[in-house]
Amino acid sequence: MKKLAFLIITLALWGACQLNSNKNLNSAKGIVSDKDNAGLKLPDGFSALVYADNIGHARHMAINSNGDVYVSLSNVKDGGGMVCLRDSNKDGRADIIKYHGIYDGTGIKIRNGYVYFGADTVIVRYKLTEGELVPSETPEVIAEGFTAQSQHATKPFTFDEDGFMYVTVGAPSNACQVQDRTKGSPGIDPCPILELHGGIWRFRAALLNQDQAKEGYRYATGIRNAVAITWNNVENKLYALQHGRDQLGQFYPDLYTDEQSAKLPAEEFLSVNDGSDFGWPYCYYDPVQKKKVLAPEYGGDGIKAGRCSNAENPIMAFPAHTAPNDLLFYTGSMFPERYRNGAFIAFHGSWNRNPLPQEGYYVAFVPFKGGVPSGDWEIFANGFAGVGEVKSPADAKHRPCGLAQAPDGSLFVSDDANGRIYRIAYNGQ
Amino acid sequence: MKRIFNQVIFSALLGMFFISCQSSGEKKKTGTVNSDQPAAETANNQPVQAAEKVHQENAVYKKYCLVCHQADGSGVPGMYPPLGKGSWTGKDPKELVLILTNGLKGKVEVNGEFYNSEMPAQPQLTDEEIADVLSYIRSNFGNSFDPIDVELVKKIRGGK
Ligand code: HEC
Repeated sequence: MKKLAFLIITLALWGACQLNSNKNLNSAKGIVSDKDNAGLKLPDGFSALVYADNIGHARHMAINSNGDVYVSLSNVKDGGGMVCLRDSNKDGRADIIKYHGIYDGTGIKIRNGYVYFGADTVIVRYKLTEGELVPSETPEVIAEGFTAQSQHATKPFTFDEDGFMYVTVGAPSNACQVQDRTKGSPGIDPCPILELHGGIWRFRAALLNQDQAKEGYRYATGIRNAVAITWNNVENKLYALQHGRDQLGQFYPDLYTDEQSAKLPAEEFLSVNDGSDFGWPYCYYDPVQKKKVLAPEYGGDGIKAGRCSNAENPIMAFPAHTAPNDLLFYTGSMFPERYRNGAFIAFHGSWNRNPLPQEGYYVAFVPFKGGVPSGDWEIFANGFAGVGEVKSPADAKHRPCGLAQAPDGSLFVSDDANGRIYRIAYNGQ
Repeated sequence: MKRIFNQVIFSALLGMFFISCQSSGEKKKTGTVNSDQPAAETANNQPVQAAEKVHQENAVYKKYCLVCHQADGSGVPGMYPPLGKGSWTGKDPKELVLILTNGLKGKVEVNGEFYNSEMPAQPQLTDEEIADVLSYIRSNFGNSFDPIDVELVKKIRGGK
């Protein structure tokens, strides 16, 4: 989706000097990676460096066509919820770092000369001035009216090329129980949360003050929370990854062992169409049975599908609870051919796979052809956690959360545990 | 990756085949924890062997709190606050009991970090279990605060 922002801005600002500055950064020449590759394990030929460190709880990123990097923070730091970074001496690392804006949150994108920012209850944009790193002081409101939520509150978003913005509105709930996350509490049927949550809403990308309930259009539903959401410009199609529901074994110990609960349900890679329904809260995807299964809160027994036989299946299933937090289709020319148009996914890492070790905390790669995965997924970058085994999430020194493609084709990864920004390059031939 | 997935499939299948025997095991475990009501009440009136007591407290934590606050009380960064050093564990017992009976929601600061999540109320806990689990978190994860007496919990809960 960063590449999307990059494409749009390139088209929009279409100027010779913009193109020139891209070339300057091309192929990472003159940029020396860190000796230990910033602690990461990468495929042969790849290397990494720390672009910036300790900048705050860094969530998503957007990179301008001149290479300036914008990062959202989940909590305001040093008077700003957005970090603006520039590498002015061209050593590949940020040397100018500015904090900006009163809003904090997760979603961030660049489009037509604006930085769009997704705070938890409002989406705003700040105007960029050519040559200047820090955008305008006063934000304009694009979409509003989102309710304050105490879970799945973040508002990641993406743009298509027809003037629309797609925003994830997560469900403030685990499984739409009468009492959330409470053993024995039944699922509400039909789930009223789905009216304004648990889906993806579409807005005009450049129209001010749109209210979710009035001007927002529910593009897809039955999605518990999709922090990773991106428009694929090559396929002209929306993709997202869902965070699956938690605590099956804790609430239904007669149906699920602790181990099953740790491994169910799959995190789902979704190909999203207008009107798609992926079944939350009534259904979850079981990667062993390879089907949508009726949730126990709605009478399910772990096997029967019931009404879930109509719910859309994912295009790929990932290990449970690994928390996919960003998705990027690679369009650069720096990485080898097999990565082109494939998907990178940042897995934030699990917290509820006890008694098994936690899982995730890596960046995965999925090869794509014709809009669908063309092979198995693989771990692309690992070692963020910096420990052998993550027993509890707090053990992890760094947790991948956001992805962005730089103009030179290098891949940026943000970490929201300790605010490190990694830059991964390919230089092996 | 294939390997991980095969493992997932294999163990989940295993789990399914043995689901009945597993869940009866679960029930037994539940039985011990919930021997709570009559058994634990009596136990409390008599001198209890220290080891057994610790085990029971830990059992309540494991069953109701561990999923979010983690085995080592370290919580989940940005989501569920820790229960170790700098947490609210040493606060007024009344406040702690109310967190368990009413839950907790909204922006809170714990050990210098902000959380804006929701802890569900735990109304299923008996007075005894509340005293046990609070005493457990107050004496673990690097904490050494006084235990909380079941009589105090009773008073705060109005004899529920
Ligand atoms: C579903 C996850 C969840 C479960 C289960 C849970 N908690 Fe919490 N707990 C939270 C959250 C979230 C907060 C902070 C609420 C907020 O952000 O307003 C919290 C806050 C607390 C606090 C005060 C803040 C601190 O960290 O010192 C204590 C004490 C606490 N919980 C103890 C417990 C105990 C004991 C149990 C088990 C009986 C338990 N919790 C079960 C999620 C949970």
